[in-house]
Amino acid sequence: MPNICEEYDLVVVGAGHAGCEAALAGARLGLRTIMFTVSVDSIALMPCNPNIGGSSKGHLVREIDALGGEMGKNIDKTFIQSKMLNSSKGPAVHSLRAQADKQAYTRSMRLVLENTDNLTIRQAEVSEIIVDDGVIKGVKTFSGAEYHAKAVVLCTGTYLKARCIYGDVSNYTGPNGLQPANYLTDSLKANGIEMFRFKTGTPARVDKRSIDFSKMEEQFGDERVVPFSFSTDPESVQKEQVSCWLTYTNEETHKIIRDNLDRSPLFSGAIEGTGPRYCPSIEDKVVKFADKNRHQVFVEPEGLYTNEMYLGGMSSSLPEDVQYAMYRTVRGLENVKIVRNAYAIEYDCINPMQLKLTLEFKKIKGLFSGGQFNGSSGYEEAAAQGLIAGINASLYVLGREQIVLDRSQAYIGVLIDDLVTKENHEPYRMMTSRAEYRLLLRQDNADIRLSKIGYEVGLVSKEMYDKVCKKEELIEKEIERLNKVPIGANSEVQKFLEEHGSTPLKTGSTLAELIKRPELNYDMLKVFDLNRVDLPYDVIEQVNILIKYEGYITRQLKQVEQYKKLENKKIDEEIDYNDVKSLRNEARQKLNSVRPSSIGQASRISGVSPADISVLLIYLEQYNHEKHLKDKLENG
Amino acid sequence: MFEKETIAAISTGMNNSGIGIVRISGPQSFDIIKKIFVPYKEKDVESFSSHTVHYGNIVDGEHVIDEVLVLIMKAPNTYTREDVVEIDCHGGVVVVKKVLETVLKNGARCAEPGEFTKRAFLNGRIDLSQAEAVADIINAKSSIALDASLSQLKGNIRDIIKKEREKIVYHIAYIEAALDDPEHMNVDNYGEELKEDVDKILIDLDRLLKTSENGKIISEGIKTVILGKPNAGKSSLMNTLLGEERAIVTDIAGTTRDTLEESMRLSELQLNIIDTAGIRQTDDVVEKIGVERSKEMAKNADLVIYVVDASVPFDDNDKDIIQIISDKKFIVLLNKTDLECIVNVEDIKNIIDTDPIEISAKNNIGLDMFENRVREMFYDGKVSFNDEIYITNLRHKELLSEAVNSLNLVNESIESGMPEDFYSIDLMNAYEVLGKIIGEAVEDDVVNEIFSKFCMGK
Repeated sequence: MPNICEEYDLVVVGAGHAGCEAALAGARLGLRTIMFTVSVDSIALMPCNPNIGGSSKGHLVREIDALGGEMGKNIDKTFIQSKMLNSSKGPAVHSLRAQADKQAYTRSMRLVLENTDNLTIRQAEVSEIIVDDGVIKGVKTFSGAEYHAKAVVLCTGTYLKARCIYGDVSNYTGPNGLQPANYLTDSLKANGIEMFRFKTGTPARVDKRSIDFSKMEEQFGDERVVPFSFSTDPESVQKEQVSCWLTYTNEETHKIIRDNLDRSPLFSGAIEGTGPRYCPSIEDKVVKFADKNRHQVFVEPEGLYTNEMYLGGMSSSLPEDVQYAMYRTVRGLENVKIVRNAYAIEYDCINPMQLKLTLEFKKIKGLFSGGQFNGSSGYEEAAAQGLIAGINASLYVLGREQIVLDRSQAYIGVLIDDLVTKENHEPYRMMTSRAEYRLLLRQDNADIRLSKIGYEVGLVSKEMYDKVCKKEELIEKEIERLNKVPIGANSEVQKFLEEHGSTPLKTGSTLAELIKRPELNYDMLKVFDLNRVDLPYDVIEQVNILIKYEGYITRQLKQVEQYKKLENKKIDEEIDYNDVKSLRNEARQKLNSVRPSSIGQASRISGVSPADISVLLIYLEQYNHEKHLKDKLENG
Repeated sequence: MFEKETIAAISTGMNNSGIGIVRISGPQSFDIIKKIFVPYKEKDVESFSSHTVHYGNIVDGEHVIDEVLVLIMKAPNTYTREDVVEIDCHGGVVVVKKVLETVLKNGARCAEPGEFTKRAFLNGRIDLSQAEAVADIINAKSSIALDASLSQLKGNIRDIIKKEREKIVYHIAYIEAALDDPEHMNVDNYGEELKEDVDKILIDLDRLLKTSENGKIISEGIKTVILGKPNAGKSSLMNTLLGEERAIVTDIAGTTRDTLEESMRLSELQLNIIDTAGIRQTDDVVEKIGVERSKEMAKNADLVIYVVDASVPFDDNDKDIIQIISDKKFIVLLNKTDLECIVNVEDIKNIIDTDPIEISAKNNIGLDMFENRVREMFYDGKVSFNDEIYITNLRHKELLSEAVNSLNLVNESIESGMPEDFYSIDLMNAYEVLGKIIGEAVEDDVVNEIFSKFCMGK
């Protein structure tokens, strides 16, 4: 017997953005939960960029919030600048991004965790998973202690066999020099889990006092800040903000990089992991886009109580001396002092196709995983998966039905479906172009889309859910009313339209019709709306959007209907694709490895053709029929 | 019921038999026929009872397309267990196609290969024990249809569509990259630039659509090329098959110097039969051109008939021919068996893996065997030509129209001052639909395009 052996309902390995959400979900659902981290001081650490949100990532944070997750609330408490990106574009691509005070973010999240009932935080390296006959039983730490649990969520981020590299220097450490986890990979492999090796990188942090900001463009936050969380009072986030700064690389910078390429571990082959295309190192950019004579560099504060600044856009794994030389060619950075140099980091992660859509391992019951461990990248992607993995692990322990968000419900659905269905060869990042139905998956309506699910799971309060229901009702009623408010083509109306650059009316119309015009909106038309009652801002926002883009939204809803037909044709887990005659070999192989849960998911696997899907449909018909007969016989 | 959509297809083999049946299945079958069928006896289409036949015209608005018989069959006692309408047309291939188009225009969509059978199965009409057979049919038909579909895109149509798609995906990627990284890329006022390009693409696609409308809808048949050495009796065979003296037959080798094409019926099949100049090494400039043409014709044939002269020994010219036909569907005819045979069936079998047929074209002996062989190959699917080719053609047209429609929506969005992110939604649809024509799925094209063309990143 090991000297320590404790019993829990749920074990969460890792305390990054995924681990925090998973542990909070478990504890809040009443599970006795323990969360492991190699360092309690690094809970909810932001080892790379100092911001939360951004295009499509902001959507994820909103969705996490609507489901009862913590990220949105935490950044609302600790942001130091906030911007709504793409605000001049359509509502589907508006996206919040906030600069975080990194230390405050970490401290604030830690405090929430520490004060959550049922949750134990433990500093220790988990070195093994304990599996018995395909069922998870718990974990073992490096010291030999055993923690038994009904479910385990792995959120190891970039720590597995982590190696940080710059130039010819390479350290076996996690980010920021933290202790890596060197043993768990072997235990996972021994349990039949296939591992990948991915790579990512981060730029240097430099001393604010060594920067000449007068040579850079100042980047302000929005005048009126919109909070991430639906439960945050919008007034509480109106505060003084800190600026970021924009500068550029130049030909001289690029020359230094080109002259030293042979010293880069990326090009010399010292790095074997696969890096993300969407956040290339500066040397990658210079090589790949040789025709560009400059690249943007965003200089962003790491927090309020530090002089460290982040050099966004210039991640690198070049040697230290080259880093100095190249940074110092950039306008405003001529005398820059590096506090922490840029580096690339390699780490083990899994092939996520081994997971179900619930984020449970297909082969090990009760073992779930989330975050960068699943081959994704980004704090928001990690938190989203951590939340879903945590929820489902808890529902599994409680014997309740687990949740799966589909591609028409949430960005989180797109994220997870992509991860477990499509072959992925680089850290996966969310993008709005990945969401087919993005007009429906807006950040402004995440509460309407997902609160019900959060409430049913048990992470969203009755009060919060009632509020959303009320909001929905107000929106619906107001749209109905606006469709019936007549507008005559009288001189007063025509004059108003002319003043606002809108074509005059030929015949009578309705208020709703006028709101559809791009140059007009709900508020402007108040003068013609005598029976209008005051509505909350967020209701008006929805009314405007739903009326203005009605045609587009209706079209997407129709597409969703088609999509749902295939999603709703479920495939029995037990099916052996070797029994399905007439499938092409490639399709059979892929189907056997992905084991899709529906015909819809099957159709998204590359290498499975429409003809294969027809064949599969026919087989399923036969299979279900026989199964039905068998069940009937067995149950008398 | 399994599906909500109504499907339609030409359900007879495409030949010039004069009669063709368009079959419609699905919940809207009767609505559609009501819109396009004018019965002679002035009866309301809705009052038709199940399993009855009605005489009248199929019309497209004012325009009468064909005089037809319409068979009404109400669910569930039909092949697919859905509402089914069959239209018996009389006006030949072109008209049948027109009738189908009218049906599609009024709410049906083109059936996928084997879809009637699939529905019959899924609606419980076909016994479950036949599931595998049904799956096989669908698979076989799909691959034939795909081959056919691709083979129809020869020439520049495929290239045109590819190029248009490249343009479209570039624009999508540009817009998406800018939305993803608004601080790096600016997409303001992109509409103007985009519209210019969309207009150009629309002109190209419209042109393509028009060609399919004015369409040289040639009576399609099995392209059959007769190949052989000079004086093997190819022209005699042609004449015997046609039942008339179309080709000039002499004893002089090399009489046929150019190809001669005729259309003929073999039972229910339509053959486009092509007589060619005999293949041999020659210095005669004119004959040489003829020989080259023969080879060229053989290359594009659905079926090659290799006529061997039994009265002369095998030589290098035969080897040449065997080389040409090695990757084609072919039938070997051993001709002139009425004369003294130097080459016999066994000799041929030793060289080519085939079962040759002994004939005498001059005396009309053995041609019934030949006919059976052609039919056998056709029905076994060895000669990959059937009605599906036709349908994929219409499918292409349908898809092209859809792409045009989506691009028009892009222009509408631009003109009505919608934000840029709306453009890429309809662009994406056009991209996807055009991909279906050339058999390319979308997968991660946009993301790949973004990363390869635009420098992203923090």
